[in-house]
Amino acid sequence: MKSLKLNKTTRWNYLTYLLVILAYVILQVLGSTGSISSSLKGMLVPICAYIVMAISLNLTVGVLGELSLGHAGFMSMGAFTGVTAAIALQDAVPAAPLRMAIALAVGAAFAALAGFLIGIPVLRLNGDYLAIVTLAFGEIIKSIFNNLYVGVDSKGLHLSLLSDKTNLAEGGKLIIAGPMGIGGIQKISTFTAGFVLVMITLIVVFHLVNSRAGRAIMAIRDNRIAAESVGVNVTKYKMMAFVTSAALAGAAGSLFAMNYSTIVANKFDFNTSILVLVFVVLGGLGNMLGSIIAAAALTILPEALRQFSDYRMLVYAIVLILVMLVTNNPTLKSFFSRFKPGNRSGKEAV
Amino acid sequence: MKKKFMCLMMAMVMVLSLAACGGSKAEETPAESTGSSSEETAAPSGAAFKLGGTGPLTGGAAIYGNAAKNGAQIAVDEINAEGGAIQFELKYEDDQHDAEKAVNAYNALKDWGMQISLGSVTSKPCEATSAETYADRIFALTPSASATAVTEGKDNMFQMCFMDPNQGSASAQYIADKGLATKVAIIWKNDDVYSKGIHDTFTAKAGELGLEIVSDTTFADGNDTDFSVQLSDAQSNGADLVFLPMYYQPASLILAQAKSMGYAPTWFGVDGMDGILTMEGFDTSLAEGVMLLTPFNADSTDERTQNFVKKYQEQFGEVPNQFAADAYDCVYAYKQALENAGATADMSAEDLCAAMIEQFTSMTFDGLTGDGMTWDASGAVSKSPKGMVIENGAYVGLD
Repeated sequence: MKSLKLNKTTRWNYLTYLLVILAYVILQVLGSTGSISSSLKGMLVPICAYIVMAISLNLTVGVLGELSLGHAGFMSMGAFTGVTAAIALQDAVPAAPLRMAIALAVGAAFAALAGFLIGIPVLRLNGDYLAIVTLAFGEIIKSIFNNLYVGVDSKGLHLSLLSDKTNLAEGGKLIIAGPMGIGGIQKISTFTAGFVLVMITLIVVFHLVNSRAGRAIMAIRDNRIAAESVGVNVTKYKMMAFVTSAALAGAAGSLFAMNYSTIVANKFDFNTSILVLVFVVLGGLGNMLGSIIAAAALTILPEALRQFSDYRMLVYAIVLILVMLVTNNPTLKSFFSRFKPGNRSGKEAV
Repeated sequence: MKKKFMCLMMAMVMVLSLAACGGSKAEETPAESTGSSSEETAAPSGAAFKLGGTGPLTGGAAIYGNAAKNGAQIAVDEINAEGGAIQFELKYEDDQHDAEKAVNAYNALKDWGMQISLGSVTSKPCEATSAETYADRIFALTPSASATAVTEGKDNMFQMCFMDPNQGSASAQYIADKGLATKVAIIWKNDDVYSKGIHDTFTAKAGELGLEIVSDTTFADGNDTDFSVQLSDAQSNGADLVFLPMYYQPASLILAQAKSMGYAPTWFGVDGMDGILTMEGFDTSLAEGVMLLTPFNADSTDERTQNFVKKYQEQFGEVPNQFAADAYDCVYAYKQALENAGATADMSAEDLCAAMIEQFTSMTFDGLTGDGMTWDASGAVSKSPKGMVIENGAYVGLD
């Protein structure tokens, strides 16, 4: 019985991989024949970044069961550190894909470090403290990057806070210019890079969730006291899920930032955190495929509604409410669960 | 029964979203309304140049986006009504003052078939879209994105407004020349590109000219409602002029709070202050005596300006600000350049781009916001700012 159940989860995971690969192949073919609009083409990379954000937040909210309201903070961390790395290495590493990979890794590493640091005190606590601290973290990161000046010259990196005191040598370049953010970014993000990142994210998250550690994490979510009583190290497993989630968000931030020629800290504010949370809630807590679909659909939706001109954000909100109502309708849930592999109604839907 | 109803509902939502998807891609509706509430726009006779721009039509900075859109619309209507060889079709898309959404809006315009661009209205979004127009070889002339990074390194990106650094140094120069003050306080927004750019050049220039900066305080997004600390700092240091390089919303609060503190220095603003008089719920008596540098004066006796102001008031019910005038000038500058180049509406964006670069670097243009404007190869405009003061709820030229 047990092995059969695992089989179903695995099958569901493979379906997710398959759908993502299929979507990538179809879009690549359509793109090469020039039959997708430039509007959609321009959104492919941000969609990939938002998908990674949604999956990583789903790991915290859906699998770990802790509410994070500052996920954009990790994205910001990854965006700024990743782009700084990419600009600093512009001459040293001429190959764009390699530089991109390094930038993603740097972004992920710094975001993981930030996640680790705030996790140390907070994940030891009971209750909703993580939500409050991550909310504050998002704002703190925004303020830091709004006041941070980073320059690079022949002597290496220079940092200063509040005002530009970097005193760069001849030929030096100011990378992060406080409130002006980073300008003149080379656009090296590609749809393929985004696709690879989404696949890596899925592999990491599925393997984590389906491992011994993943079962411990879900045990903590379902009943912390019971999990502790059987010897699960609560803080360790919480930390594992939270840091993984932060690292993936950092990589998503790097990918996102390198798709635009300019990036400012104010972009990654509370609204962005909530937007990602909406993706997760709409897609279903713990349901990775749902997060992917919700992130893609809700990124395209405001653009698709452009014909409503000034009323489009109103229409967007109405569509959101409708989708929330419809997907939570019990009649419809049982209707959709018929299409699900193994007919595990209820488990994946919420 | 209930199930059937829900299925129907779901199907309806899907159809709706599909219809929405299709609509955004459709290119074959040339007379698509630009979403303005104005009367039927004059239908372009024959082929028209597709002119597109992005700007914040909703959200906190909407006043700028809508002003630019309306100003450009008036110019386009005038030109189309004349029925000359050059006809325009204008479309503005909303970017909510956000770089990501600006790129989306730009791509939507590209799908529509935009040939020449009005860039973006605000600085940071324009920096993002200018990288796109540069890569796609579409010529862009922004009415009001004033940051240096907008034009830097892009040969096909031009500005109709002053660059931020010029505004800062021109303000300092003006204050020193007119002897308005010797002790200056600055309150600026340290997470805003625009504010920071002006602040930095202002302080540099003020140092050169011997203006003493006695107080230099900041605020940021999120703590922009209480300015008592900044104002008392300026007051206790005896500043007799306060320089406000910022947009008008925080400025309106600063004016109100200074009044309640009984602090009445000379106020000096920049073009972002333009619009304060039309702000909803703002007591215009607070702005009495505020000085600002702006290239456009709605009270000018110049015939063209009066004509424009009259039309704008008729159509949109308010006095146009500098953004509207800049956008109006942009359209006329395009008309002049296209006429000089002998361009036709069936030319590709790339050919037009080459022709426009040649024209803009060589021509001289007279508009509402200045006479004898010229552009250098970097895309910066040269024109002289006008000092203005608010008297009895209206802008009056200082000299």
